This record gives sequence, structure tokens and C-alpha cells, in this order.
Amino acid sequence: MTSLSNLSHLDWLESEAIHILREVAGQCSNPVLLFSGGKDSLCLLRLAEKAFRPGRFPFPLLHIDTGHNYDEVIQFRDYRAKELKERLIVRSVEESIKIGTVVLKTQDEPRNKYQSVTLLEAIAEFEFDCCIGGARRDEEKARAKERIMSFRDEFGQWDPKNQRPELWNLYNAKVHKGENTRAFPISNWTEMDVWQYIEREKLDLPSIYFAHKRSIVRRESAIVPVTPLTPKKGNEIIEEIFVRFRTVGDITCTAPVESMADDIKKIIIETATTTITERGATRLDDQTSDASMEQRKKEGYF
Amino acid sequence: MRDKNIQDSLLRFMTCGSVDDGKSTLIGRLLFDTKTILTDTLMQIEKTSRKRGMTAVDLSLITDGLQAEREQGITIDVAYRYFSTGTRKYIIADAPGHEQYTRNMVTAASTAHLAIILIDGRKGVLTQTRRHSFLAKLVGIPHIVVAVNKMDLIDYDERKYKAICESYKVFAKEIKLLENQTIDFIPMSALNGDMIVDRGESMTWYKGLTLLDILERTTADYAGKDKNFRFPVQFICRPHASDDHKLHDFRGFMGRVESGSISLGDEIIVLPSQYKSKVKSILLGDTQLKKAISEQSVTILLEDEIDISRGDMIIKSNDTILPSKNINAMVCWLSETPMTSSRTYLIRHTSRESKVKLDKIDFKVNIETLAHESIANLNMNDIAQVTFKLARPIMADSYENNRATGAFIIIDESSLHTVGAGMIAK
Repeated sequence: MTSLSNLSHLDWLESEAIHILREVAGQCSNPVLLFSGGKDSLCLLRLAEKAFRPGRFPFPLLHIDTGHNYDEVIQFRDYRAKELKERLIVRSVEESIKIGTVVLKTQDEPRNKYQSVTLLEAIAEFEFDCCIGGARRDEEKARAKERIMSFRDEFGQWDPKNQRPELWNLYNAKVHKGENTRAFPISNWTEMDVWQYIEREKLDLPSIYFAHKRSIVRRESAIVPVTPLTPKKGNEIIEEIFVRFRTVGDITCTAPVESMADDIKKIIIETATTTITERGATRLDDQTSDASMEQRKKEGYF
Repeated sequence: MRDKNIQDSLLRFMTCGSVDDGKSTLIGRLLFDTKTILTDTLMQIEKTSRKRGMTAVDLSLITDGLQAEREQGITIDVAYRYFSTGTRKYIIADAPGHEQYTRNMVTAASTAHLAIILIDGRKGVLTQTRRHSFLAKLVGIPHIVVAVNKMDLIDYDERKYKAICESYKVFAKEIKLLENQTIDFIPMSALNGDMIVDRGESMTWYKGLTLLDILERTTADYAGKDKNFRFPVQFICRPHASDDHKLHDFRGFMGRVESGSISLGDEIIVLPSQYKSKVKSILLGDTQLKKAISEQSVTILLEDEIDISRGDMIIKSNDTILPSKNINAMVCWLSETPMTSSRTYLIRHTSRESKVKLDKIDFKVNIETLAHESIANLNMNDIAQVTFKLARPIMADSYENNRATGAFIIIDESSLHTVGAGMIAK
């Protein structure tokens, strides 16, 4: 036995997240965990295992599929849900487009913002009273002020001026019918904490997180992968370079970074020495306006 | 030598002060000098600084808030920020200075191990300094750092700095700040970065630690001296329907060790039922532990089959807490709708919930003068000592002895919002 009286930062963060997940299970009648196959939600699944095994998770998993995902991520999503023997619900933006609740301006525009519509439809369909998500406060300044249990009204809206005070570790997930709570167990984690946890827990990840050879073009300061959804434009030159993704999301707005890091250890070293923020490097849609995340969150985005 | 308990641990601290005291610049400086600010963020700040006609990069822009705040010229709510050094990880709770001050500060203070109280070197100890200090004491933050900022504007004058420290000490004695708190004083210039991460060259007369040095050496503990084992049960794991027959009788009690520790074989008692048993197994995920310590989330299995629900509390059998339906507490009211004795509210204490009514308001504390005043209703930002009547008993310690089992929140039954925060008196 060690004689330490304090937990390491990773143990502390893990324990806090387990506590939050158990509060959701204890307070909410019909929660759901949002699972995309991305690294943050994969951490959530490990935390849920630690919180609830040997029992089943007291919630299903839900993926809001934009239809703009890398195949590797979708395959990994299905493989992981099956391995855990937990129920995975998939609802797609494509379906919302078919029934007319999502109207695209152009066929190939990014679909991140439309996920909100499909998510709200899924919440209504299953009457979920709480959605657990892997958002972190260090990602973006609109997130820095968000609660761990964040109240959303009937329209899924976040009102930054009217948040519930959150004191000690006493969370309030109570809602009226139609309203819901978004719970963020890894609010206090940074990108580095996530990678360190993945290393410590030996978590498997979709292959696109690791350095691999990919056809890309360089557009302004970003690296744009060449895919059927994102073809090269004009006289751009296609290059084959080694890249990895720091986040996975809608293909049309998620850019990889140039990297030779093909294992977790190397990724951690790169993360420690990187000079660009996770979203700055890889999210093309957050750069359009200084307040674009805040805007999307008010509209019900995760 | 550094304490082994500090290496790789996590420290949470808050900053108290208004924008005018240089709070945003201080936080910006901490993040910048610990190399937390990455190029793209810095480029954005440079752009904004130029747009606003400034010649140097304004580090306070790092903590610049939401669009909604900029539009209305207000600061909303507590923001949380992160940085780490080679030694440990830090979480800063950045509470805005003006609007709804008490509410925001109490919220930020509730999870802080340390508070930095900023004083403008030109102005010295102000009413707001007293208010910050009183609230830090009330919420039981064990470590206080009094940071005399803007030393660059008073010629880095040692005499002026010492005079401010002396006047703060007089006031600290008045409110008995030193009884459970440690206080450090530090002169600094957040603008120039003196004594924050680097010492700078302007205050060679100051021989104490820099701000970061103080942070790096502070143990991450909370006031409460109580080392008694407290385990509020959050969730019961009963996978009896599973295909695995070995799990048929599995009954795990899930929760977080709020204080003290528990080992295999320890005799325990469950409250309020008073059932006794022994610890058969302690699990963290699929790892068997011999012992679980404070702040660890675990699953406990007992020797005997006894009925336990969410909201029950497990303690050691040689220990007692008297379940109580009457509590006396200091309450901070957080809602625009006043608290009245005519309504019923909900109280959440650990993982337990009950209906609650206000029985009597003993007095309100005037946080400017610290005088006791009598009032009929509790208004937003009021801090008052009150007596509550509960429908179900709770297992409470005094907040002074145990932060986790001495704290509670009040929830409005109709809006379902969190409207009050309370700390149980002795």
C-alpha cells in the first residue's frame, strides 16, 4: 500500500467523473450517453465501466451521425458498443433531412450545427431527461463557463446568463418534462489529461488518431484531406503526407495535423509541445466567428 | 524538498478581485508565463489588442468572455481555466467581480483549496477586500494569498507594501482569519510579470516566494479537520439478472469516500437504519483494493445482506452521527426570488434529499461591516444563519469539521433551480 493521502491528478479526475456519472444515474430517470467513437467519448465509456460494472450501464449509448464520418470511426463505434454489450442507438442527420426538419443550404456544407436538430428529435423520441457528453471546458471559451450539469430548456437552449449555481460536488439534474440536463463528467479534463488517461487505461482508438499516409491539399493555413465530400479545388496540388487527427467529426470541417506520431506515447509528446489549440488546429468551423461555439450552444448544440 | 503528496496532484484555486485590480491580467500572466497559451490564441489576442489601439499585448484578453458578455458589458458567472507545470495540475475558478458577487464567489470558493485576494497597491485594503476575506473564511478555504498588485504604479515601494500587509493583518485578526487559515503576502506586478512566475528585477527587497512557488507548495486539502470515514451511497449495483451466475448475489454500494478511509474487514454501520456489517470487498472498476482513501470513487461489498438505498451513509461502527431533522446553518441565498418561511423547498445533502422549511432566521451578516442584522426574508446574496425543519433526517457533520457532510444546496420545488447554499453550524 502506498502511504499517499492525496490522489494523483488523473486519479482525482477519474474519481470526479465516476461520481458525476453515478449522480446522473441516481438523479435522472432516463439518461443517455452520447457516443461518437471519438477519443473523449471513449474515455467516457471507460469511466462508465468503472462507475457501473459488473452491472450494465444504466443508460443506452446514442450517436448522432452526420453522415460525414470517416468509416474507421463508425466501425470502431459499432465494435466498441458490441464489445461492451451495451445498447447503441443511432439517429442520423440524413434522416432529419429526409423528413424536412433539416434543410441544407448546400449539399456538402458541414453538418455539425444540424446535429442539434437531430439530437433534439432523439431526445423527444426517447424522452431522455439527461444527455451525458464528453465536452471539456478547456476546449473553447464558451465551454469554460458551462456547468458540469447544464440545464437546457424545451428547445435545448443553453442560457449562459441563467445557469444554475453549482457548488461543492452537489449537482442538481432536476428538470421538468420536456427539459433536459447535459452532464459533462470530463469538464475539468484537458486534452493532455485525455491522452494520459488513454495511455494509462490502454484504450483502443480509431486508427485515424494515429499518424497515417493521406492525400491532402493545403488550403490557407489548414490541411484538407481529399475525400469525395472534400475534393480538391481548382489547381490545388494533392500531396501524400503523414497526418493524424486530433479530433474526429464532420469530414468537411475536421482537419488533420501533420504528424509522425503513430502511438500514444508519441502523441503525448506532441501534445505537450504543440503550439496550436485543439480546435484551432482542426476545427474549420470554429474559426469563422469569434463566438461561433457560443452561438451553436445557445441553439442546442452539445 | 517537495512534499510527495504534491507531486502530480491537482490544486484548485480562485482569484478574488475586480477587473480594476488586475485580476484578468494576473490570470493571463499565469497562463502565459507557464506556456499554456498557444500560438493561435495569442495571435487572436494580438489582433484584438491592436484593434483596441494598444501597443503591447493585453494579457487580460486571454480571459475575455462570451459574446453575450461583451455585448452587454457584464461578466457572467464563474469561468474555469486550466494549466499545469511539471509539478502539478491547476484549476482556476475565475469569479467575476461585480454583479451577483456573493453568489459567484461562494460558488467558486466551494471547490477551492486556495484563494488569491487581490489588492490594488494604490488603494490598499478596501471594503471589497474585507468582503472577499470574510467569504473565504466562511466557505473554509484553508490557504489565503494576499497579493498586493500594481506595485509598478507605486514605485515598487517596500514601505507602502508593508503598510498594506500590516493593515490587512489587523483586519484578519478581527475576523479571526488565522484560526483555520494560513496567510501569505506577496507584492507583484501582473502587468510586468513580477513575482508571478518570474521574480523580475524590480523588487529585490522581497525575499519571499513567487506566486507560482506558493501554489507549487500548497497541499491540496480543505478546511475540515475530520478524518472520520464518510461514504454517502450514490447508487446500488445489483446485476442479478445477468447471465453470469456468480453475480447473482452481487450487491455493490457505490459512492465516493468523502473523508477518512476504509479497509477490508472494517466494521461499519449504515445510517439511518443502524444496520451493522463488515467490509467484504472494495472495488475500483475490476481492481480489488485493500483500502480506499478520501476522494476515491469505489464500490463497497458487505459481508451481510442488508437493505441500503441511495442517500444512506456508511460510517465506521465505532463512530456515530445523530440523524437529524433540525439543522442550524449559514445560508447564502442565490435566487432573485427571496426565501420565505411560507414555502417548502428541497434540500440536497450528500446524495440524500428531503423536503425542507425555513423555521427561523437567526440573523443576517452584513458582509461590509460584519454586523448581525435581523431580517424577515432571505434575499439574493444574503448570508444568514437560519434554522431549517426537514421532512427526513440527514446525517450531517458541522461544515467546519467536514466540508462534504456539512454542505448542502436548496432547490426550488417549482422552478427546480438551485436557489441556496448552506453550511451546517456546530
